[in-house]
Amino acid sequence: MEVSLSINGEVRSFDVEPRTLLVHLLRDHAKLTGTHVACETSICGACTVLLDGQAVKSCTVLAVQADGCEVTTIEGFAEDGKLHPIQEQFWEKHGLQCGFCTPGMILTAYQLLERNPDPSEAEIRRGIDGNICRCTGYQHIVDAIQAAAVELGKK
Amino acid sequence: MIPSAFEYLRPETLEEAIRLLQENSEEAVLLAGGHSLIPILKARLAQPGILIDISRIPGLKGIGREDQALLIGGMTTHHEIESDPEVNEVCPLLAETASLIGDVQVRNRGTIGGSLSHADPAADYPATLIALDAEFVVTGPDGARSYRAENFFEGPFDTAMEENEILTSIIVPAPQGKIGGAYCKAAQQASGFAVCGVAVTVMLSDNGQIEFASIGITGVSASPYRASGVESALTGQAPTAETIEAAADRATEDIEPIEDLYGSAEFRGHLARVWTKRALEQAVKMAGS
Amino acid sequence: MAKAPAAPKFIGSPIKRREDPKLLRGLARYVDDIDLPGTLHMAIVRSSFGRAGIRSVDINALTDLPGVVAVYTAADLEGVGPVPVSGLVPDARVPVQPVLANKEVRFAGEPVAAVICETRYGAADAAALVDVDFEPKEAVVDLEKALAPGAPKVHEDYDDNVAFNWELVGGDVEKGLAEADVIVKQKIVNGRVVPLALETRGVLASYDPGEEKLTLWSSTQVPHKLRTHIADQIGMAENRVRVITPEVGGGFGSKLNIYREEALAAYISRDLGRPVKWIESRSENFLATIHGRGQMGEVEMGLMKDGTLIALRYTVLADCGAYYQYLTVAIFTLTGLMIPGPYKLPNVEMKVTGVFTNKIATDAYRGAGRPEATYVLERIMDIAAAEIGMDPAEIRRKNFPAKSEFPFATAAGLSYDSGDYAGALDKALENAGYADMRREQVEARKEGRYLGIGLSTYVEVCGMGPSAALGGQGWESARVRVEPGGKVTVFSGASPHGQGQKTSFAQLVADGLGVDINNIEVIHGDTDTVPFGVGTFGSRGTVVGGSAVVIACDKVKEKMARYAAMKLEADASDIEFAGGKVYVRSAPEKSADFAEIAGLAYSAMELPPGTDPGLEETHFFEPPNFTFPFGAHVVLAEVDPATGDVKILRYVAVDDVGNQINPLLVAGQIHGGIAQGAGQALEEEILYDTGGQLINGSLMHYSLPKAGLFPRFELDHTTTPTDVNPLGAKGVGEAGTIGSTPAVVNAVVDALSPFGVRHLDMPVRPERIWRAAAAKGEQG
Repeated sequence: MEVSLSINGEVRSFDVEPRTLLVHLLRDHAKLTGTHVACETSICGACTVLLDGQAVKSCTVLAVQADGCEVTTIEGFAEDGKLHPIQEQFWEKHGLQCGFCTPGMILTAYQLLERNPDPSEAEIRRGIDGNICRCTGYQHIVDAIQAAAVELGKK
Repeated sequence: MIPSAFEYLRPETLEEAIRLLQENSEEAVLLAGGHSLIPILKARLAQPGILIDISRIPGLKGIGREDQALLIGGMTTHHEIESDPEVNEVCPLLAETASLIGDVQVRNRGTIGGSLSHADPAADYPATLIALDAEFVVTGPDGARSYRAENFFEGPFDTAMEENEILTSIIVPAPQGKIGGAYCKAAQQASGFAVCGVAVTVMLSDNGQIEFASIGITGVSASPYRASGVESALTGQAPTAETIEAAADRATEDIEPIEDLYGSAEFRGHLARVWTKRALEQAVKMAGS
Repeated sequence: MAKAPAAPKFIGSPIKRREDPKLLRGLARYVDDIDLPGTLHMAIVRSSFGRAGIRSVDINALTDLPGVVAVYTAADLEGVGPVPVSGLVPDARVPVQPVLANKEVRFAGEPVAAVICETRYGAADAAALVDVDFEPKEAVVDLEKALAPGAPKVHEDYDDNVAFNWELVGGDVEKGLAEADVIVKQKIVNGRVVPLALETRGVLASYDPGEEKLTLWSSTQVPHKLRTHIADQIGMAENRVRVITPEVGGGFGSKLNIYREEALAAYISRDLGRPVKWIESRSENFLATIHGRGQMGEVEMGLMKDGTLIALRYTVLADCGAYYQYLTVAIFTLTGLMIPGPYKLPNVEMKVTGVFTNKIATDAYRGAGRPEATYVLERIMDIAAAEIGMDPAEIRRKNFPAKSEFPFATAAGLSYDSGDYAGALDKALENAGYADMRREQVEARKEGRYLGIGLSTYVEVCGMGPSAALGGQGWESARVRVEPGGKVTVFSGASPHGQGQKTSFAQLVADGLGVDINNIEVIHGDTDTVPFGVGTFGSRGTVVGGSAVVIACDKVKEKMARYAAMKLEADASDIEFAGGKVYVRSAPEKSADFAEIAGLAYSAMELPPGTDPGLEETHFFEPPNFTFPFGAHVVLAEVDPATGDVKILRYVAVDDVGNQINPLLVAGQIHGGIAQGAGQALEEEILYDTGGQLINGSLMHYSLPKAGLFPRFELDHTTTPTDVNPLGAKGVGEAGTIGSTPAVVNAVVDALSPFGVRHLDMPVRPERIWRAAAAKGEQG
């Protein structure tokens, strides 16, 4: 069936089976492979995208449920090729190693800072508990989000 | 982890949704936020022929206030509940409980109606909604009727709802007075579901005695339940440490705790008593302050 | 031996990673992101039983299914060789592991058939319709029961379930134990855990019938090993197979293996003449990617009343699984080599009995045998300290070799390169405020709070080589080329997957050649492009691979100096490299940039005496010894005996990894390692039921550490360089994991000491803690 949605600001239509998961629409149909699949049980958050501005696990959303919605993926997160302050700080603070969790982690961090611009360390740790990173032990990720909060606060 | 094929329907009204359910009752299931259903479909533990998406039906979503109660639409998300100013003011216990469900992404999508209808015996809401004496309004071909929260759950993934009924709203009473509430949870390490979740509301009278105590417990038994023995041991009593401890010891009276990966029956029973005691202590403190 | 540059500008600096921008923007390409036209999708039909006969495989239901191209069963793959194994011990029984099971399946998840379909969804549908008629048999799960007389056998061809016997003996343990004042003993289980790289395994095979060449994109740590073995398995010449590792989403040892699906995809792509892609699902990853650890043993240690260690014996059953993967057996022997740990232990003995069970193989998981050794040793050290009434820090310090005693020969036969173990411990205790912590612990107990302090001091064997000690391939390769335009390209045989060597290798070369780091490109993970290499595992990427880069760089430099000398009319020994130029040291006004020199070398119109054209040099670095990083970790934890909840309040680590190329990356490695080790201590364990079904095979059920489990890690270092390689670096990939597991468990056990608890098996989950405390009650 036909699904029409705005992806990173561009309205696109796809003819997909109703069972198509949003993450597969993005990766296999829209060819945006920055969104990753890692756990398939809505635990790890590697597939996180913004759906109408809210962080969701796109492996647990049907493409048809996103019909008419706005989706932001990691590819649409840097504006005009310039890294978003969150991306910038993940880089500065070494908040990524293998990079597989990173797109989802960044979009969750965005949601966290949007709702709580000045989070404590404990709030950050709790705010990213829907995202698993197996490489970093999270400390540099927490550092990056704290630093991004400071950067965003300056704007 | 790919679902088997199904047909997808998205009715625009409640009436249409009920009609579609009636016409396809053999093979249709309701889809709300999808956070209980889609994982099951992906694991192919269920292979329904039709999904009826009720998440966009106007009127099923949102939070309102009616006299001394909150009225919450079934399609309201956990995030909407945890962040709603009115819920936080009138019923902080419910907001707190919603904030402890899953993670931020899950709370952005998952709905209260979907969660309750799914009736996972380790879900968080049931304990709190039992403690809050909530009513669940369901609508079917013959109109609407309601259940008290504690009568709604009939076993793991089983509710008292009839075929072709939809959980449309939840009514949460918000009595005035010296009220305190607490939700304490021992969580499964992987998923955050409750190994034992205890929700408590207590009201103190002007002389400091317990006017009533209401306790809901989830995760411990095949269905969430009201800990009536604890309640009756507290009513009319002064909330001393001894009284609370003795009452909490009755948390698993007439209950057969379940056993799984996350805990033996013995451990669950123990946790129920410990967390009932601690939740009562917190709630009493809050009510008295 | 070559020397590191005198005044490093990049080496030792916390430079942010050059590989990050594409990862941050979602533009990096992992295997599943590669999209070749005409790609077919493979889904695997797997055993749903721990042990069963296969009566038949019925594919009739697939006949009319749209998009199904082919189905392969064992009968279709008779020419395909079995899964390769390595690192065996003498007299090991080596079962043949076919790429598809034929008459019998031996673990839940074992591949039985491969379904090939035009689409990913179609392949999943088709695989679900393949009807395998299994004849379930009694499974072998428990290690002790596996060895009991009359136990069912994993392999009917063998007399019993013993896979191998191996022992390591140094000194005379019997005599040592007889002389000891005190003997402590403990049964210790180190359960199975999953490595769980966030990117599952995946492979894309594309056979080009015109070129008669096969290209394999695989999420692997060892591209060259994969090429060698796949070529062998499917009967192709090695130089007609190209393996590319695109971006790899973590490995932790699990991708240091050659798996069945890689051979299947390769063979089927050649058979059908189309690209074939297989991406592992997470549930498959739990079932059919190697597990780590899997030891169940008893440790016995003899010591004097003053704390001097005399002898240690570790007798252990090793859970091999049904077949070996690449290094299954070798991992257990690494435990033996490191069983004396950082202590002077003159008499040691480890006896291993490898046991076949109806499970996926165990193999290398971050630390690979060393965490197991450290765990056993650090647990028994605490038990011994309690037994003789000595502080856990004191008993450790008492038994360290002094700094002056290095190189230190151990009873297990290794020579530790360099160390200052007391220095690391003292620093960790100071940073932790150990004495204050102990006071705080006493005060808290008066308030009914249970704090525990856990120590672990460790040494690990790293930088895998040398070759002779590894049974071959302990070296690593690198090629450095100064391009005609003056830019520098580094080709490494190592194959990193998150470690950041595009940055750290560039740092080495930037200092080596005195050029800006942005002029350096590092290439790895393509067997057609880079020199023949070994791979990234055993904390060897920088230590061995980086050393190869440095020496190759020196060779290029030497040649470049000769061209510069010709151009600048100076002596080659008077040529200096700095600021992206070459200078004459005695006449600094005479200089040339890299492009000018490279132009001369590539045009070759005129050659310096005895010099060939070009500016490209290769080096294969063979390390003379292993390296031995070490450290001390201190954990403060609070335990609630009523609920069994554990909260880590502080985590203090001092790690000595020798010289650090990039401290930012070093910290990242240690953080991640600590989290993984603590995960096993507190949460992680794979569970099978008696029928061989994996019962917690998803992230809904198997708990991985999340951010909230940890406080801020307090890291520090001592620096004791090694002379085993030109970098003085010891390796850091596994240190955190090795140190953290025992430190966390020791803290929990220490917190429970008022209840008389002296040991708990991992993971120390709430119910275990509650039971231990409730069973004994507080003993004052």
